[in-house]
Amino acid sequence: MISLSLYNYWVVIFLMMAGFYILIASNHLIKKIIGLNIFQTSVFMLYISMGKVTGGTAPIAVEGVTSYSNPLPHVLILTAIVVGIATTSLALALVIRIKEAYGTVQEDEILAMDYQDDHGDALAKVDSQ
Amino acid sequence: MLVFTTIAIVRLRSLFAVVMLSGIYSLLSANIFIVLDAVDVAFTEAAVGAGISTVLMLATIGITGYEMKKRSNIKRFVPLLVVTITGAVLVYGTLDMPAFSDAVAPIHQHVAPRYILESPQEIGIPNMVTSVLASYRGYDTMGEVIVVFAALVGVLSLIGIRESNVSPIYLEPPARPILQVMAKFMIPFIILFALYVQFHGDFGPGGGFQAGVIFSVAIILYTLTFSQYDGMRLTPPRVLKVLAAGGVLIYGGTGIWTLVKGGNFLNYSVLGKTSVDGQHLGILIIEFGVGLTVATSMMLLFFAFVSRGSNNL
Repeated sequence: MISLSLYNYWVVIFLMMAGFYILIASNHLIKKIIGLNIFQTSVFMLYISMGKVTGGTAPIAVEGVTSYSNPLPHVLILTAIVVGIATTSLALALVIRIKEAYGTVQEDEILAMDYQDDHGDALAKVDSQ
Repeated sequence: MLVFTTIAIVRLRSLFAVVMLSGIYSLLSANIFIVLDAVDVAFTEAAVGAGISTVLMLATIGITGYEMKKRSNIKRFVPLLVVTITGAVLVYGTLDMPAFSDAVAPIHQHVAPRYILESPQEIGIPNMVTSVLASYRGYDTMGEVIVVFAALVGVLSLIGIRESNVSPIYLEPPARPILQVMAKFMIPFIILFALYVQFHGDFGPGGGFQAGVIFSVAIILYTLTFSQYDGMRLTPPRVLKVLAAGGVLIYGGTGIWTLVKGGNFLNYSVLGKTSVDGQHLGILIIEFGVGLTVATSMMLLFFAFVSRGSNNL
């Protein structure tokens, strides 16, 4: 029985790890942000799953209903979703600036350029000495 | 379903397909939230995740380009190992968790019974999510609104809004007649629905956050089907910026008002003749502030992204 009763949490963990995988394995910055969003949504699902009560209904008071799901996680997640879109848009704005500064949004190319810059500076210093 | 969509997102290389799938993913997760009794959350997720987020992502890939190159040196094994170990540790952690939908789990013991049993009498509104959001946890919500506002300020300072003063050349008949006519038909209903969600949020699912997002969707639809120029003429970004700050100010101002009336910060009971009256009034005002800030922020974010693209919509 334990295996079935925790099934919800395991799906959440699978989604979370899929998002995590996209975040660290993907080479494209926008895809990384999407991975972060999937990670975020899975956390939302974890909270909402914890708030569910057997036989409960949505937490809006109605005559004749005695069992409600827990409203507290709903409140926390509701605001978290809106904050999530605000931070996502901030990340996307940064991606646009990176695209304008580097001409690419591929992580390895950006790192190569950064390395080139640092290395180039070091060489210039050596030259000046 | 959700799992398959996620696997598809991991595997696909086409960025456009990935963005569309992430919209579908949001809509599916909204369905799950409904099944789990979280109607307010489902509402928000459907409006934000499947709506605004997808539009902003599309605007961004319109600027950065669709192509996604393979990493030159593929190291797929290390991330997979990290993810598997983390996942295994988390699964091990869940073994100690109470069974799903267990009514005596610790999460249902602390403050939740008070919210469920007393809030309909104490605050006087049936939607417990709204009363917890706006009254019991008013501080948190004020923080969230300020975070949204701060993110807006961040985006505007990073990419800004380029106001286009050039009117697009209108063709006779209009360039996208079916879309434009249908959009004009739908926009009043979307706005009406947003207002309903805003002011009926005390009784049914909904509230300032959802209403703000839905309202901004109406303007975004108008801007997408007509042009960026028309959208910005209808809702000038200069005005929107003032309104976004005004929403935060309304929220904070309500807090100050309760202080002046002799109560604690954001304790609305002192605002009306009776405690319940005061709570009603306070929640109505701060939900309006929330709706105002969220709606204007979403519109400004959208304008910032579309005006950055070289091709005018």
